[in-house]
Amino acid sequence: MSDTLSKLEKRTAYTLVLPAVLLVFAIVLFPIFANVWISFKDIKLKDIRIPEPRAKKIVKSISENQSELKIIYKLRNSSLIQEIRNVQFQDKFPKDISPINLDSRCNFQSKKVICNFGNWEAKYRENFEIAIKNNNGEIIDKKKIKSQKPILSGKADNPLLSTNFTLDNFKKVFYENNFVELLLTTFYFTFFGTVGAIIFGILAAQLVNQNIQGRTYMRGILLFPYVGPVVALAYTWTLLLDPNSGTLNALLVNFNIIEKPINLLGQKYITMSILGFELKLRLALTTVIFFEIWRYFPLAFLFILARLQAIPQSLYEAADVDGASPIQKFIHITLPQITAIISILFMIRFIWNFNKFEDIFLLTGGASGTRTLPINVYQQGFAVSDIGMGSAVSIVIVMLLISFMVIYFRLIGKKANEI
Amino acid sequence: MKFKSLTVFLVISSFFLTCILSIWKIMSTLQGLNFTDLNITGVFFNGILLSLLFVLIGNRINHLIKIFLLSFLFSLLYFFFNETSAYWYIFGVFLITVFFTNKLKKYNIQSLTEDFISEKIIFDFITLFGIVFFAFVILFPFYIMLVTSFKTQIALLVNPLDFSLDFSKSFAELFKSYFVIFDTYNFGRYILISSAVSIGTVIVTLLFAIPAAYAVARLNFFGKNFLSTSILIIYMFPAIVLVIPLYTVFSQLGLRNSIFGLLIVYTATTLPVAIYMLQGYFKSIPKEIEDAGIMDGQSWFGIILKIIIPLSLPAITSVALYVFMIAWNEFLFSLMFLDSPKSFTLSRAIQYLSGDAETPRQYLMAGSVIVTLPVLFIFVYFEKYLVSGLTSGSVKG
Repeated sequence: MSDTLSKLEKRTAYTLVLPAVLLVFAIVLFPIFANVWISFKDIKLKDIRIPEPRAKKIVKSISENQSELKIIYKLRNSSLIQEIRNVQFQDKFPKDISPINLDSRCNFQSKKVICNFGNWEAKYRENFEIAIKNNNGEIIDKKKIKSQKPILSGKADNPLLSTNFTLDNFKKVFYENNFVELLLTTFYFTFFGTVGAIIFGILAAQLVNQNIQGRTYMRGILLFPYVGPVVALAYTWTLLLDPNSGTLNALLVNFNIIEKPINLLGQKYITMSILGFELKLRLALTTVIFFEIWRYFPLAFLFILARLQAIPQSLYEAADVDGASPIQKFIHITLPQITAIISILFMIRFIWNFNKFEDIFLLTGGASGTRTLPINVYQQGFAVSDIGMGSAVSIVIVMLLISFMVIYFRLIGKKANEI
Repeated sequence: MKFKSLTVFLVISSFFLTCILSIWKIMSTLQGLNFTDLNITGVFFNGILLSLLFVLIGNRINHLIKIFLLSFLFSLLYFFFNETSAYWYIFGVFLITVFFTNKLKKYNIQSLTEDFISEKIIFDFITLFGIVFFAFVILFPFYIMLVTSFKTQIALLVNPLDFSLDFSKSFAELFKSYFVIFDTYNFGRYILISSAVSIGTVIVTLLFAIPAAYAVARLNFFGKNFLSTSILIIYMFPAIVLVIPLYTVFSQLGLRNSIFGLLIVYTATTLPVAIYMLQGYFKSIPKEIEDAGIMDGQSWFGIILKIIIPLSLPAITSVALYVFMIAWNEFLFSLMFLDSPKSFTLSRAIQYLSGDAETPRQYLMAGSVIVTLPVLFIFVYFEKYLVSGLTSGSVKG
């Protein structure tokens, strides 16, 4: 009895879970594996269109005699690289119309011209002609002929499915792609973005956790950058930071804080002299990191605030009795209570910042030293049009991510369950 | 000791006053007032004087009278030493000083001798300063976005600092950018597409997620633990690594430039979060209620429909709102999959607009306001649901 019940339960569970699992498999897991396949192939953006035979139909009069017409089909192979095999052609004609001197590759039966064109190599072109006449000698309606579209079919290899593999993409990723700089930029961006977001998150949470008026409003306002659409926010910042007519530069110049506008998003380095030392700072990258912090510190803020509000007030009262200063209270009570959530936040934000594409893409497009790995995927795949290379970079990202996750689950996975 | 804490008090409080007055000055500059000097040192010393007077007067006169008197004096001083004739600006200075002196209420000569008073003073004013700072840094870009959309290209080129709105203009003149983006750039259509995709994603995601979350929360089956951990892991995987394979497959299947294609991808990418958030909530529903349902001979379908869904409406609402916001804000996939203006979403349309260097910035900002407003509105209105959902489900970003 219980056996059949548990069987029923299992079957129910699988029917409930299956649709979601299948969809996620198809759209999320399958592409990750497909990346492996594509990354070992020499495949460009133009290759992914499957070649197809095409025909453009032009109708012309032959002479004064309007019961006869000439039709020219401009045939071509849409692909510049691949051949199409066994091309079949078919066109239909109104009744009482028959072709004159039909090409030997074709035959005419039941109002249809059917041709077998054999194989077309890449870039194949031909002007194929059929002359037709009306058997009754009446005028042929040109428009009617023209409106009938020919049907073509043929077999072509899908370059995605072929079994030619190469290691070139990975060689290029590691040796020709400024890989070290790419990796360093990604790590700078990820690390400082994460740390900055957490520091500002702690500050903001500490502020809002005081008993101030309008605390809930403040919490709402602080989350605005996180919930707003990237596109809108990134363009607003680009506008604010614009060197020619941006508000920020105009303000700084107006109040004589700087002499001439600084191109915060378009300048790779800025040299600053502090105490006689010449310091070279990655300007555009720093600006992008600050945008990143601005946009994502709210998440850290929210998590830390939730944790802060769960700290029993009695701890602080006891500290007051012992005569602890505010700083001592922060170091000895607050900080130990939030270390766990901070370590989790660090890992989560680290992984997500590592994958961040939109923010950098919209602010700088990856120029002026802000090219990170995700930006590189896009540039390789769609700007250079090398799908294989783009996939290879994706694979590098996935590999790095998997190692982060392993570290994450080793180090703090247990802690995460405790909270 | 007393002298030290008094110095700390004067410096810190005056520093705070200088900061808010500088922000006020910057905001007024953006309203077209012609300032070229922040005059930080002047304000700072005046502030020290103000705080000193405040402490010295102490409780000798009524607090209200005291703050108004002191603020009036300060504003008068400010008026004579500054380069302005705008009365609303001075009135703002007056209000800020009233606010500031009111904050000083708890300090007097006696309180400055308490334990750790310097640290407490620093903490108090840093809190105040922090709130003003965070509010300013966060709201300023939104403010610029909004006011830019009401200006004209020429006005902004002439004086990039003048964001004052001319209310004497007619309604049509003021909202010109909005009319233009609807008339010439077809934003009405994009709003429709964005709404259709987002609402569609919400519906399909809930249809798939509710049964799956129920099974994960309640039923025993082989691979359940594996499934719930893989939900989390999949959730960590970035969209950027999915883009190339999906692009190639969608190109070959003809799913690019179609709303349907976008809908599938959005649903699949939001499903893990939705399942994760929902199953957590379903687990908190007492199992006895369902047992009663089983006794009544309900099928699993009946249990989900008649017991689980009505009981977990708050959680479902918050998941629905999240999924809506994720889909509405999504940019990467719409950039990859849509290249015909006929099928653009709002985000993609704005990005497309910006690709043309000739597009005046006020149109860009008007578009940005249009795409931002619904999300902020939903967020503010449903904040309570959303904040609890955020902390439990940790939405990706």
